[in-house]
Amino acid sequence: MHEVGIASSIIESIEAEARRRPDAQFTAVGVRIGELSNVDRDALAFAFEALTLKTPLEHLRLEIEWCPRRQKCLACGEEFVVKDWELTCPKCGEARSTCIGGTELDIAYLELEEPCEKS
Amino acid sequence: MREVVEKKVLSENDRLAAELRQRYREQNILCVNFISSPGSGKTALLEKTLGSFAPGTPVAVLTGDLQTDNDARRLMRYGFPVRQIVTGGTCHLDARMVERHLNELGFRGPGLLLVENVGNLVCPSSYDLGEAAKIVLLSVTEGEDKPLKYPGIFHRASLMILTKTDLLPHVEFDPKLALENARKIHPEIDYLALSSKTGEGFDQWLAWLAALQQKTRQEAPATIS
Ligand SMILES: Nc1nc2c(ncn2[C@@H]2O[C@H](COP(=O)(O)OP(=O)(O)OP(=O)(O)O)[C@@H](O)[C@H]2O)c(=O)[nH]1
Ligand SMILES: [Mg+2]
Ligand SMILES: [Zn+2]
Repeated sequence: MHEVGIASSIIESIEAEARRRPDAQFTAVGVRIGELSNVDRDALAFAFEALTLKTPLEHLRLEIEWCPRRQKCLACGEEFVVKDWELTCPKCGEARSTCIGGTELDIAYLELEEPCEKS
Repeated sequence: MREVVEKKVLSENDRLAAELRQRYREQNILCVNFISSPGSGKTALLEKTLGSFAPGTPVAVLTGDLQTDNDARRLMRYGFPVRQIVTGGTCHLDARMVERHLNELGFRGPGLLLVENVGNLVCPSSYDLGEAAKIVLLSVTEGEDKPLKYPGIFHRASLMILTKTDLLPHVEFDPKLALENARKIHPEIDYLALSSKTGEGFDQWLAWLAALQQKTRQEAPATIS
């Protein structure tokens, strides 16, 4: 189950960020998961929840953006989403294209609330 | 408020892998990473490959398993430096494990470093080990649809090796279909078929490896003589 490892890498990143800004209240983390990343969305969500339970990050929301495989045509430059393993360019019929999306395994953003200046 | 982070989840592993890659380049080491389901024949392929090398050939092996050092013991018989990486439950090798065991092994280039990953078609493909090529093994007892079910590894591998071809007469497996499926995911993937039992296909495999070594040597900095 490598989603546990992936989830703990995400949590480590957030913890590092939390140490940098001890006053901030983190509310959500956004990640991008590509269809070629080998990561199962549900397993990741489950692992994340289990690993943050009863920790300071317990209420942090995990927001997953699922990224399909995308290719760019080598002839006409068209960018397209791959369905049913069809790598042929839908615009010009060229067979050769390069992969430009679908391998994502990224932390995109953090949502946080910074406390107002204490008066 | 939203703060943009934009970093790889595995950025720490990627950093260590980049260091390894740099080290391989400087020392002229060709590192290849073998990935397959449990039991597809990674160790058998390595055994036969080691058996084909003359004594003193600069080659070393790291082999990963959840438990036991059985594979290392099998591989040690050929007289080359071998080290077992017992992951203790982790289902893949990561760059840190490779770095540590490589240091313990004391292997320096130029030469060939063969890394057998933990038997698993999913997780190992996410972890860069600094290798020049990932090689995915698929045995004829596994089913032709594996590339479509596990696209991540077939997308990243440079070479697909169909193993256990000596069993083809006994199983219903269509190598052509398996390759077609792999090329749906990765049109440029190289393909070889072999049997570690009979040795069929080994000449082509050794030639593939030698060609990659040749290419690595040409790209290496021309300092060491
Ligand atoms: N008939 C036949 N059997 C093979 C061949 N290669 C491997 N085997 C058998 O398949 C079984 C598994 O082979 P291994 O080489 O241990 O497979 P592995 O991929 O290293 O397995 P793990 O390290 O556990 O993931 C053993 O019983 C081998 O003898 C082959 O080419 N032909
Ligand atoms: Mg093995
Ligand atoms: Zn086009």
